[in-house]
Amino acid sequence: MRYNERELLCLARQPAEKAAEILMRVPKKGSVLKKRLVKLVVNFLFYFRTDEAEPIGALLLEHCRITKEEENVFSISFIEEPERKYCFECDSEEQCQEWIEALKRASYEFMRRSLIFYRNEIQKMTGKDPLEQYGISEEARFQLGTRKQ
Amino acid sequence: MKLNERSLAFYATCDSPADSAGFLYKRGERHGAYQRRWFVLKGNMLFYFEERESREPVGVIVLEGCTVELCDSRDDFAFAIRFGGARSRTYVLAAESHAAMEAWVKALSRASFDYMRLVVRELERQLAQA
Repeated sequence: MRYNERELLCLARQPAEKAAEILMRVPKKGSVLKKRLVKLVVNFLFYFRTDEAEPIGALLLEHCRITKEEENVFSISFIEEPERKYCFECDSEEQCQEWIEALKRASYEFMRRSLIFYRNEIQKMTGKDPLEQYGISEEARFQLGTRKQ
Repeated sequence: MKLNERSLAFYATCDSPADSAGFLYKRGERHGAYQRRWFVLKGNMLFYFEERESREPVGVIVLEGCTVELCDSRDDFAFAIRFGGARSRTYVLAAESHAAMEAWVKALSRASFDYMRLVVRELERQLAQA
């Protein structure tokens, strides 16, 4: 699949929501845990060799499952292949939980659901639609009840 | 750089609702000729397929850090997705009607994660004050 790699590389250089050096294992036969710089930018998780400026890879975090594995370890898998797991071993249980929380909230879909929720709450409390000032209140993607997961 | 392409393809073709979908003409980078493609916008990902029934996208344009503008070219209903940066690419697309062009420009200029995040943060703030 073609994609705009140059722009994605540029995105990888943007300030991250979260970044850390974590041990990572990719779901490939014989692969082992390796220390990587892992960087969360918008709905992408980039991973770098610790001494390199360009990422080795990127994971789009949509339709993915973040799972707590054993102590200090969490995994990312995608719904169409749930057994194929990217594993991450953190320095502490606390760090592990922080990453799990951050990654669960990282998807565009999660943000959209939050937006719909807030919109609804504000409408209930104030009687006004907060999206009107943005001119986006009619967009199908922000309607309550029209989206199924 | 590796990308989780299989998951991307799945995201593109699974039955989660698309934010926009339709035929657009895409101008080739080298040859300049337009090719008709089926475009699907999901979140900040603009996928394009050879045919509407194609099982896998030909490509995807990640819509972060771009501007979407009308083209003042001779090509009817053309608009451009332009990225900043030195050697960045500009994608030139053309719709099949004025209304379609306007709808796509609107949808694409508000598709980025950054834009959504801005709106969500603003709503969070409003809710806290309500």
